[in-house]
Amino acid sequence: MLSGARGEAARAALAYQVQVGEFWDAERFVPITNAHMMGDIEVMGDGGLGWLREACAKRAHCEVPITTNARCFDFDFVERLGQDAGEAEKERQVIRLLRDMNVVTTDTCINYQTVYQPHLGEHVAWGDTGTVIYANSVFGARSNFEGGPAAFAAALTGRTPDYGFHLDRHRKGNLVVRLEADCRDLADWGAVGKIVGERHQRYFAVPVFTAPRRAPIADELKHLGCALASYGSMAMFHMVGVTPEAPTLEAALGGNRPDDEIVVTDADLERVYAGYDLKDRSCNLVVFSGPQLSLLEMKRLAEAFAGRRVHAGTQVFVTTFSGVKSAAARLGYLQAIEQAGATVLEGVCFYILQNLSQMRLKNGWSNMISNSAKIVNIIGAHRFNTILRRTRDCVDIACEGKLR
Amino acid sequence: MSAPLAAIRVARAFGPVVEGEAVVSAEGFSPRYDLDRWSGVITKPGHKLEGVSLVDKICFFPTAKGGIAAGWAFYDIRHKGIAPKALIFGVTNPVMVQGAVFANIAITEGWDRPPAEVVATGDWVRVDPSRKTIEILKRGDR
Repeated sequence: MLSGARGEAARAALAYQVQVGEFWDAERFVPITNAHMMGDIEVMGDGGLGWLREACAKRAHCEVPITTNARCFDFDFVERLGQDAGEAEKERQVIRLLRDMNVVTTDTCINYQTVYQPHLGEHVAWGDTGTVIYANSVFGARSNFEGGPAAFAAALTGRTPDYGFHLDRHRKGNLVVRLEADCRDLADWGAVGKIVGERHQRYFAVPVFTAPRRAPIADELKHLGCALASYGSMAMFHMVGVTPEAPTLEAALGGNRPDDEIVVTDADLERVYAGYDLKDRSCNLVVFSGPQLSLLEMKRLAEAFAGRRVHAGTQVFVTTFSGVKSAAARLGYLQAIEQAGATVLEGVCFYILQNLSQMRLKNGWSNMISNSAKIVNIIGAHRFNTILRRTRDCVDIACEGKLR
Repeated sequence: MSAPLAAIRVARAFGPVVEGEAVVSAEGFSPRYDLDRWSGVITKPGHKLEGVSLVDKICFFPTAKGGIAAGWAFYDIRHKGIAPKALIFGVTNPVMVQGAVFANIAITEGWDRPPAEVVATGDWVRVDPSRKTIEILKRGDR
C-alpha cells in the first residue's frame, strides 16, 4: 500500500498512520471492522474542507464501514437559529464529499446505541470520546480516541496502529472508585464522571467502579463515560459485575496496584451541584444534548414535559439522531416535547452548533443549564456560565423560569 | 549558536525543529474546550491562561483534556495562520498526536523534569523532536 498500489489516498493515509504509530511505539497494525469519524465544518474549517476535496480528487474510497459524528447544522433550522448560510453550504459540501468517499453520514455521537455495537475484543477506530469509552468499557471492544483524519485513514486502509487500548496491558484498571452514592439521575452519573475525571486527567487512567447500588442502564453508562472522557480524557472504565472485562475487582485490575482509591458519596454529588456559580440567576437556556438523546431518553423527557409549557423567554434545546427523532415522532414523544415549547434538533450537538457564540450574544444567554456533565464542561470556550442539574430539575427550571 | 541555558529531555516526539517563545501552563489543554479557534487565544473562563495567545508559541501543558476535535483543529488553525509552533505535553492523548502529525506541528510527551523549573513564559526555546530535546536559549523579560 505504501508503494501506491491501492492509490495515492490509501498510500498517504498509511504513511500518516505509520507516523502516528511510531510516536506511540506501535509494533504493528491491527485490522479494524468499523470506523466512526468527526467531520463537521465547525471543527474542520476551510483547511479541512480543502483537504477533503483533495482526498476526493485522489479517489479516496473507504474500505471499512465508517459513520459520521454529530455535526454543526440541522439544515431545517439554519435560519431560525441565525446560522450562516455560507457555512451551511460548506457543511453540505462536507457531507457530499464524505458520501462520495463511501462514508455513511449518520451524524450521530451515539452510534453505539443506534448504528453499530461491536463485540468483545473487536478492533474499531472510533471518535468522539464518548463513543470510544463506551466501546472499550461496555462492549469490551478496542479503540483509541481517533480524531477525524485518523478514523478516516483507518477506514481507507482497513487498519489502525496497535497501541493504547488495542493492547491488553492498557486495559487493566489502575484506580478504584467505591460508588456509595445513590445515583438516580443521568446527571448524577455525569457528576461521578466529573469527580473522578477531574482528579485523574490522564488518557491511560482506567477507573474500576465497585459496589454500585444497582446496575446502571445504558443511558447512565453513556453519561458516566462521556463525563469521564470529557473531564479526564479517559478512554476506558470498568464496573465490577457490570462491564465485560470486570467479572471481579481482581480481574479488572489484572494485577495492577491501584494508584488511588476514591469513594464517591451522596454528599460528594451534592457538593458538585452546589459548586456552580449561578451568576445573575438567569435561566433562559436549558439544553439536553452532548451526547444526543436515545429514544428512551426522549420518552422520559416527553413524560417530564407532558402538559407543561416552557417559561416565556426561556429556550430549551434537545438534540438527537435522525432515526431517533423520526421514531420519537411516530411514538408521539416528539410532539409532547415540542408542544411544551422545546426545540428538537437532529444530527447535531448543541455545543458544536455553527455560530454558537454569536447565538449566545443575540439571545442574551449567559447561564446554560443542562443535565449533561459533559456539555457543562465542554462548552466553556463559547463563554457560557454552565450549571449541571438533574433531568427533572432542568425541566422544572425550564418551565418555571426559576434557577435553583 | 550559543550554548543553551538549560535543556529538557522528552520521552516521545514528532515534527520539525522549531524555535519560539514559550508559554508555560499549569493547566491542561484542549483546542475545542479552551481555545478560540478564530484568534488562537485561550478563552475558556477561568483557564489559567485565559486571554493568552498561543499563536506561534511553544506551549507547555501538563495534560491533554478531552478532545477528538484536535484531530482537525490543529490543521484548521494552521491553515488560518494562528497555530502554535509546538505542543509540549507532560501527558498527552492520541488525538493530540494525530492532530499535530496531520498538521505537521511539533509535539512531544513526557519530560525529565518539570518545565517550570527551567523555563518560564516569554523565554525563547528550541524544540528538536529528532533529538527528543527542548533547549532554553534566552530568558524573556520578567
